[in-house]
Amino acid sequence: MTLVRTTFGRRAFIKRVGLASGGLMIGFSWLAACKDATPEEVVMMPDEWFEMNGFLKIGDNGMVTIMSPNPEIGQNVKTSMPMIVAEELDADWDKVFVEQAPLNTELYTRQLAGGSQSIRQGWEGLRMAGATARHMLKEAAANLWQVPAAEITTAAGVLTHQASGNSAHYGEMASAAATLEVPEEVEMKDIKDFSIIGTSRKNVDGKKIVTGKPLFGLDTYKEGMLVAMLVHPPAFGMRFKSMDADSVKNMPGIKDVFTIDTYTDGTRKSFADIATFNKKVAIVGETTWQVMQAKKALAVTWEDSPDDSFEIDMFGRIMKTEYPSGKESSQSHALKMAEIGSKKGNVVRKDGNVDKAFKKAAKVLERSYSCPFLAHNTMEPMNFYANVTADHAELIGPIQTPEFMEQSVAARLGLTLEQVDIQMTRMGGGFGRRLYGHFLTEAAVISQTMQKPIKLVYTREDDMTFGNYRPSYYVTYKAGLDENNQLIAFQVRAGGIPESPLFANRFPAGAVENYQAEDFTIKSNVSVGAWRAPRSNFIAGAEQSFLDELAELAEKDPIDFRLELFDKAIKNPVGENNDYEAERYAGVLKLVREKSGWGKTREGVHRGVAAYYCHNSYVAQVLDIVNKNGVPKIENVCSAVDCGIVVNPDAAANMVEGGVVDGIGHAMYSSVTFKDGEPQQRNFDNYRLIRHGEAPRKQEVHFVKNDIDPTGLGEPPLPPVMGALANALYKANGKRYYHQPFMSNKPLLG
Amino acid sequence: MATYELKINGNTHSVDVDPSTPILWVLRDHLQLVGTKFGCGISQCGACTIHVEGNATRSCQIPVSAIGNKKITTIEGLSKNGDHPVQQAWLEHDVPQCGYCQAGQIMTAAALLDSNPNPTDEDIEATMSGNICRCGTYTRIKAAIKTAAKSGSLS
Repeated sequence: MTLVRTTFGRRAFIKRVGLASGGLMIGFSWLAACKDATPEEVVMMPDEWFEMNGFLKIGDNGMVTIMSPNPEIGQNVKTSMPMIVAEELDADWDKVFVEQAPLNTELYTRQLAGGSQSIRQGWEGLRMAGATARHMLKEAAANLWQVPAAEITTAAGVLTHQASGNSAHYGEMASAAATLEVPEEVEMKDIKDFSIIGTSRKNVDGKKIVTGKPLFGLDTYKEGMLVAMLVHPPAFGMRFKSMDADSVKNMPGIKDVFTIDTYTDGTRKSFADIATFNKKVAIVGETTWQVMQAKKALAVTWEDSPDDSFEIDMFGRIMKTEYPSGKESSQSHALKMAEIGSKKGNVVRKDGNVDKAFKKAAKVLERSYSCPFLAHNTMEPMNFYANVTADHAELIGPIQTPEFMEQSVAARLGLTLEQVDIQMTRMGGGFGRRLYGHFLTEAAVISQTMQKPIKLVYTREDDMTFGNYRPSYYVTYKAGLDENNQLIAFQVRAGGIPESPLFANRFPAGAVENYQAEDFTIKSNVSVGAWRAPRSNFIAGAEQSFLDELAELAEKDPIDFRLELFDKAIKNPVGENNDYEAERYAGVLKLVREKSGWGKTREGVHRGVAAYYCHNSYVAQVLDIVNKNGVPKIENVCSAVDCGIVVNPDAAANMVEGGVVDGIGHAMYSSVTFKDGEPQQRNFDNYRLIRHGEAPRKQEVHFVKNDIDPTGLGEPPLPPVMGALANALYKANGKRYYHQPFMSNKPLLG
Repeated sequence: MATYELKINGNTHSVDVDPSTPILWVLRDHLQLVGTKFGCGISQCGACTIHVEGNATRSCQIPVSAIGNKKITTIEGLSKNGDHPVQQAWLEHDVPQCGYCQAGQIMTAAALLDSNPNPTDEDIEATMSGNICRCGTYTRIKAAIKTAAKSGSLS
């Protein structure tokens, strides 16, 4: 046990006015959750709930409800975050209900899904919430039984005092415990005593998902609700000019057609407000199908937009994004990147002198890699429910950044923060797309205009052509080996539209005497945003492909080649601020070498390896390809992961498996290209996502066992697999893959 | 507008809608059977898969006027207590991540096992390739289908 002061997130533990006497809880939205309760849940419902703190309440029958504070996007936090609370509470997991908390900045910190940070940043607060409640339950039992609290033990929701023979379940003490003072200090468990964390628990929404219960934003239906859709410019570099609203106003079910400005001049915008198209046409009607018909029929005239810009408040710093005029094409994008990428960029890090070292090198390898823009393509298209009245906004839907959106939507609607309520539904995927909540604001503005509740629905075409894409990137690596095949010089020059994917201080920085990192950027009016493992989602694969080719040039095994470099970074690191722990990096490589049986050759099996570090976690992968009738088939992917303590191992393995499939798919098949500013892919008929038959037949996931506090998992498994894939493809057919999507393996030219 | 008597999950539902309305939107907007999902609207992703007379069908492309007397089963009606072998296997393998595509995946898998109780890897891949999962749960879906096939309780 470790004694910890309850300062972290303490505001969540201090009971609110009106609760001090009875302890009967009032702050939870249990009724809201009840309507979808399974029959089993209804049977287990207590008569009364007692709130212990902002994270949990205990029923008189011993049932426990744990609030999951963060948005659920498929990363399984709705199960794993409550598991952390339950662990320190010593709850019986079979008697736990989980409820999605609404946005409440008073009670919770960082209610955000992004950056693979939910568990990492929630860890201490969640543990403390459970530990605090357990402490109060013990105090209550000690008072009743007249024994020292320190002699009372807890396990699976039961309090026991061995010496006196007293025993009670949590429900029997909840009423008294809820009235006690929140302790100044609590005992937290030793990691070795964990009995819930580190054991696999099923998705708490699993049954509801497989039986089709309404869980997602698009499933929101309310009395009197209308359906709204948007028409936005057909191309980047264009804007609204005029429309013939009357052409559709008389169509069946159509209620109104009007333009909206998502943002007005002077409205404060955060990073979560990035959106290219500000003025759009809103069509509102009775049913989705009716509005879809009107959307097709509506005649809108568009015009070229002038140079534009968008200012956002990035945590107090005002950042300006420029959208130059013009209708861009993928062909000009590719030419520009190759041209600018061939010149010296902005030097971000310099160790030693690469130019001198290249002159001395016995062998020099230089290769360029590129990738296209990508859409997020969450399976659930963007949508939001809004019911905005003169003094209140009820907003329900899938959003990764509710806290940021509460601020910007309140400002846009002219309401106070207290007048805005945001409820988070389960998200049908996010991958970064729902960090940008313009669709929430659009729904709110439409509802405010109509003075009616509406649900805004994007079609797949809207979703795919609206922007906030993964940027297009380009990188050139150059490396020099001496006559002993030692790496003596390494240069990386990385750029993109509109940002560079460079991480100047990541490996192999720190492992090479002469190292130089340069970046460059190219402006564009195509809006971009974070996409699962931003920047890493390209640069990892490029770097790991390059290292594979370099190892071959050095006549070394690719794992040995990397381990030699890590050895140098451990024993004799070059420079400062190296953004990785070389021991843990080497650790996952060694684990994947062991688990995959690396080095043993099997007839007809072609293997590629890669390793990467991002979002505070380390992942190494070995990917096996067999050629079936001349077509490469991925037989197996073996992943080794170091993300610290693993809260829910089977669910964590699922996340890794998903990242592997997602990474393979996007590296292999997917792209958004442009012609005259217009996205050439609008739906899944020509936007290729990986399909079942293209996924690995088998996967194995191995976690490094350690006592390090948990780090990220949603993103880290994706980036390296792109490299492992390229390296295995090379073994399978002798070709190196430099340009994504590998299926075309050439720079995208429109 | 026209009135249709639809046989869905063993019940008859009367709806008054435009004949061109896809059955997907009749289910979702008019009957609040929202387990059937909208994904692409052009029958490319499989999120809207239902059974029409036991056959896996993309509901986003079938107008209500084409349904007639045919029996429709949606995810809500696949089993009474959510205990169809495919649903049970999905839970056993904890397949879903975001979960949005899973109703469609389950409906396609259930129809596959109905017609082919012991599918090979190739059978599964060929049939399931019409259902996209952006989270990438394909590896588990395959394992779950095999578990459901082995359970032997398929009718």
